[in-house]
Amino acid sequence: MRLHEYQAKGVFAETGIPTPDSKLAWDVDEAVEAANEIGYPVAIKAQVHVGGRGKAGGIKLVDDEEEAREAADAILGMDLKGFHVDRVLVEAAVDFTDELYVGVTMDRGAGRPVAMVSERGGVNIEEVAEEEPDAIAREHIDPAYGMHPFQARKAVYNAGLDKEVAGDVASILMTLYDLWEERDGADIEINPLMVTSGGDVVAADAVFNVDGDALFRQPELAEMEDEAATDDLEAKANEYGFDYVRLDGNVGIIGNGAGLVMTTLDLVDYYGGKPANFLDIGGGAKAERVANALDMVFSDENVDAVVFNIFGGITRGDEVAKGINEALEQFDDIPKDVIVRLAGTNAEEGMEILNTELVQVEATLEEAVQAAVKAAEEVEQ
Amino acid sequence: MSVLVDEDTRVVVQGITGGEGKFHTGQMLNYGTNVVAGAVPGRGGQEVDGVPVYDTVEQAVEAEDANASVVFVPPAFAGDALFEALDADLDLVVAITEGIPTQDVSRVYRTLQETDTYLVGPNCPGLITPGEAKLGILPGNIFSEGNVGLVSRSGTLTYQVVDNLTERGLGQSTAIGIGGDPIIGTGFIDALELFENDPETDAIVMCGEIGGEDEEQAAAYIDEHVDTPVAGFIAGRTAPPGKRMGHAGAIVSGSGTGTAESKINALEDAGVPVGDTPEEVADAIESFL
Repeated sequence: MRLHEYQAKGVFAETGIPTPDSKLAWDVDEAVEAANEIGYPVAIKAQVHVGGRGKAGGIKLVDDEEEAREAADAILGMDLKGFHVDRVLVEAAVDFTDELYVGVTMDRGAGRPVAMVSERGGVNIEEVAEEEPDAIAREHIDPAYGMHPFQARKAVYNAGLDKEVAGDVASILMTLYDLWEERDGADIEINPLMVTSGGDVVAADAVFNVDGDALFRQPELAEMEDEAATDDLEAKANEYGFDYVRLDGNVGIIGNGAGLVMTTLDLVDYYGGKPANFLDIGGGAKAERVANALDMVFSDENVDAVVFNIFGGITRGDEVAKGINEALEQFDDIPKDVIVRLAGTNAEEGMEILNTELVQVEATLEEAVQAAVKAAEEVEQ
Repeated sequence: MSVLVDEDTRVVVQGITGGEGKFHTGQMLNYGTNVVAGAVPGRGGQEVDGVPVYDTVEQAVEAEDANASVVFVPPAFAGDALFEALDADLDLVVAITEGIPTQDVSRVYRTLQETDTYLVGPNCPGLITPGEAKLGILPGNIFSEGNVGLVSRSGTLTYQVVDNLTERGLGQSTAIGIGGDPIIGTGFIDALELFENDPETDAIVMCGEIGGEDEEQAAAYIDEHVDTPVAGFIAGRTAPPGKRMGHAGAIVSGSGTGTAESKINALEDAGVPVGDTPEEVADAIESFL
């Protein structure tokens, strides 16, 4: 789960990490008022869950009230890489001489957290990471002890930071790690961490992603969750509790288990079709859940045909068949072809229940996918 | 022969009195697994399906000589349950639980390095040695005895591939579902090493998916250390970057690491044929044997 910049900065501020003066605004008047109060120049920043906001026009630096009004008007309501901007952060612009990077994340390969520092902060940090990995100093942390102060010092000196700021950055890194640990962070980043002309450091941006599996013990952060789904179907999937990803093809895909659903997508592509979505109904789904899944995929207007592939372990074929019948029997005219393949637990019972007047049944995964690709092609023609 | 589990494995089920724990204990017993005990705090003295329940794992080990555990404990308490299992010095711990906070798993992982215990999972279907024992939630009836070792990050994909194998009369020595989380205990390399050293495993199937670099590292390991022929499969060729495909670990990062292409290339460079379909994986295994 991802916090907005203003939420992350709120959490940072509580721990003493310096952040610029700022105020959240929901409309143009509020934004202008905030800008006047803070004093120019200010930055007006879209609050959306998107990386690269600046490059996409979601951040504007303004010098007076007129510019502030213009910028707020342009940013509020804009569509930023598919996300609707409904609020902006108005923030004092920082007069900086350097942009640094600090962050803490889980290194999945090492199975332990890693703290990172670089003097090459700013908008290109991902390219720096890719092309010059040595420009980022990394320090793995033993989760049993947390970060030792010497590790923070080591990281900042290895990153080549100036002596004037090294102490401050090391102490921010310590605070950041403690925050990451206490608040179940997934990734926490300050990029850029600006060095002002006066030699102070200020967190000019903030990324705080929380481990979604730990929200049960982070009630304060859980309350900040802001369902910013990009489209109605993804919102609907959240409601139903499905793992769902929308793609741009026309073959709808429903299955059980992430690996098998991904494989079904890949096979649709392999046999010349285009997957419309990833939808995993999970393990042990009952009839109602199966019907909801069909409802979801039917409501995607791009879908021309659906392949429903179940290999039952804890999911039972008879429950799946019941759900498919229930979902389809309510239509006088079924909107899209449904191709079903059932295997595994109670598959035979399921085949007996399945109303074959409503669906096409195939024996293998490969055959089912090929049939769906063909059905979708016929609709397109 | 087999790896990690066989008919002598003595299992304690942690969380045996919960819905999942109870149901799958029944299924494991039906399959012939030696489930000798359950462990649930405060439930010592009860029985589930005739299996005695103890308050702690240590008591279960002392009283019933258990040497492996299967964990069905809910996510909020699972980290603690895994520490308890490691403390009891078991040979094998299988963590079925999905959704354990990553930092908890990281701490368990750190302690795991100091033990001789194999941890399979978390968020995995478990493992099975056909005809002898299954530890976890895999449907026993699709497996058959044989000499193909299988290791996979995904449960249902494992079933699909096993089905393709069984249909051709290609049985399995042991099938291990290592789980789809970012941090797991037993990885591909551990499993490959076990199969390589098992005289009864004559071919290996390795099913990977997008995310992380485990498959690339496994490919390098195969190149150096594995003589047993390996066939591979990688799920997620069509997955867009930045979107999590169900499993917490199945995500291609924005900077392009963890792609199917990189994994397929690494495996093929190591001489491992990678099937475009599960059927082609079975073709490759058939050609090895």
